[in-house]
Amino acid sequence: MDITICHLYPDFMNLYGDRGNIIALQRRASWHGLHPRVVPISVGEEYDLRSCDIIFMGGGQDREQRAIARDFDDRYRVMNEAVQDRVAVLAICGAYQLLGRYYRTAAGEKLNGLGLLDSWTDAGAPRLVGNVVVESRLDGTRRTLVGFENHGGRTYLGPAAAPLGRVLAGHGNNGVDGQEGAVQGTIIGTYLHGALLPKNPWLADYLLGQALIRRGARHQLGALDDTLEVSAHQAAIRRARG
Amino acid sequence: MTLARWLAAIWVSKVLIGFSHWARRGGSSFPGRVARRLCPQVLTRLARQLRWGGIVVSGTNGKTTTSLLLANMLAASGMKVVHNRTGANLTAGVTAAFVQACSWTGRLDADVAVLECDEAALAGVAREVRPLAGVVTNFFRDQLDRYGELEAMVTKVGSGLAEVSHQGFVVLNADDPAVAGLAQQLAARPVFYGLDDPACAGVGAGEVSDARRCRACGGRLQYKVFYFAHLGLYYCPHCGAERPRPGITVTRRESLGPGGSRLEFAAPSGGLGASLALPGLYNAYNALAAVACALTMGVAADTVAWALANSASSFGRMEPVVVGGRTVILALIKNPAGCNEVLRTILEGTGDRYLLIAINDLTADGTDVSWLWDVEFEELADMAHRLPLVVASGRRGEDMAVRLKYAGLSPAAIVVENRLGDAVQLALEQVPEGGTLHVLPTYTAMLELRRILNDRGYGRRFWEV
Repeated sequence: MDITICHLYPDFMNLYGDRGNIIALQRRASWHGLHPRVVPISVGEEYDLRSCDIIFMGGGQDREQRAIARDFDDRYRVMNEAVQDRVAVLAICGAYQLLGRYYRTAAGEKLNGLGLLDSWTDAGAPRLVGNVVVESRLDGTRRTLVGFENHGGRTYLGPAAAPLGRVLAGHGNNGVDGQEGAVQGTIIGTYLHGALLPKNPWLADYLLGQALIRRGARHQLGALDDTLEVSAHQAAIRRARG
Repeated sequence: MTLARWLAAIWVSKVLIGFSHWARRGGSSFPGRVARRLCPQVLTRLARQLRWGGIVVSGTNGKTTTSLLLANMLAASGMKVVHNRTGANLTAGVTAAFVQACSWTGRLDADVAVLECDEAALAGVAREVRPLAGVVTNFFRDQLDRYGELEAMVTKVGSGLAEVSHQGFVVLNADDPAVAGLAQQLAARPVFYGLDDPACAGVGAGEVSDARRCRACGGRLQYKVFYFAHLGLYYCPHCGAERPRPGITVTRRESLGPGGSRLEFAAPSGGLGASLALPGLYNAYNALAAVACALTMGVAADTVAWALANSASSFGRMEPVVVGGRTVILALIKNPAGCNEVLRTILEGTGDRYLLIAINDLTADGTDVSWLWDVEFEELADMAHRLPLVVASGRRGEDMAVRLKYAGLSPAAIVVENRLGDAVQLALEQVPEGGTLHVLPTYTAMLELRRILNDRGYGRRFWEV
């Protein structure tokens, strides 16, 4: 069975090893017996996002975020249609901010986001940097997510968005309310780099599983040998809590 | 009072430097910090005594190698050189280098100082030293968790270079758009260097988007030729900006494998050819930066060529050590572009390769290890039949192991051993007599490995390099 992963703006929004998430989705899909295909889509390229199964978008520096802002805004309609059609979305850091309602810069300028997440972000100082451990119940069981955050923005969630998890170590969305990331419908937003998915294989499989459910596929994801991944996950927990 | 503080700063600091050598611990910044505490003007007052002036060398990759080569060239031309050669490249380290070079009365008998400066420390050092020249190698994504963002780092380096005297010059890499863009804000004269050998063309930056934006208009740069990462012959299709024409170039590079390369240079003052005992295209760039600076200072071409050919590898960068009939080569890795070049260099040629990759995540390494996902470890997987075993070590050895697995290596060919001493032992046991173990450590892992090899009686102590 084919799985199509759309990598949005791989040439602009790809900071701190974010492409590792694409590598992880691709590899794990193959190991699960699926046939993954990655479609890179950049500024000015038309693409019906409903025709893919998973949309991924990474972080970027301010300069890069500005470069794609216009194009991303133009994609509101197709993006919204894809989300209504239950296409899974994973947005990291800068992409997470852009999916919210707005981003207010340090100078007080308000930049509109797509508003697909009920969230907003204010610039802040100092930057929130370091290892993070999050407890998440996204797939119904109590899981941990590990990663590395590095963001100036403080993100807050409105009632329509739920946090991805609770911060056990690190700062999370804003360093104040103990929340990290956002989940709304099929969209997952988070500040965690790492890359995120290789060290949190359960989340990679969750995304692949969502794609299969949407397609009404009978294919079940089996268990893989994740010894190395789980060791890295545990080492990251020790490092963050140490 | 002032004289007392001045002498106290120098005496105490000198004693501490002597002690740290005696204790076999190089690269400490403590003596420099103490000197600055006792006499805040110590660096300014020492630097003022230089007969020619100071040269600051910065950039993310290659500044240690570049400054070492440059210091050797200047020494070969008869100059007395102050050089912070242990890689202590913050303000305290620079101060310690001056204190070590001066007399007990604080008199400095030297012509020039070649000062390797960390990107974040450059502006501070430049304000105190008032350099007459600057050299910038490149801007790769490097330990950004320390600086926030690449842009901020470029701005910081720019403000440091603005301190270079208008009578001086700044040597800039024309092939790196972010470095070449620094020319705009200088009081000093820019001198561009670059590669001019189409045979050096590589695969380019892939999806890593380090610095490939036009400095003038923010548009995406196009490349006629990629040399490596985002270095190459670029132009902006939106505003017409392009790579400045370099005055000093490498016109031909012939790889001699892991042993080094033969380089031909062109300059307004004439050409020169030299062999370089350092491998990889990235070291050709380092040599070029040093050559450009030396030639601009008026050093004779044959002196420059001699110094290049006779420079041993800078500390820790691809430095061989013989251990029980096996050669251990240490090659520092710290960011994707540099690591890609190291991998490419190691895989040149044929035959089995034995690798130990040691990843630490302490402050000096960069606490964020996600850069490992921007390295093309997939190139190792393409050569999996030549890699009997890869040992992943260091505090984040597990992260490295996962990266290798997702690059396509079989988990059976990957061993995790966090403790460096045990990892070296384990890896060496796999290497046949007469074979080579390639060790790729991050900065603090390299220091630790060096200590381990020293304690077992191998290798040189690094302040002797």
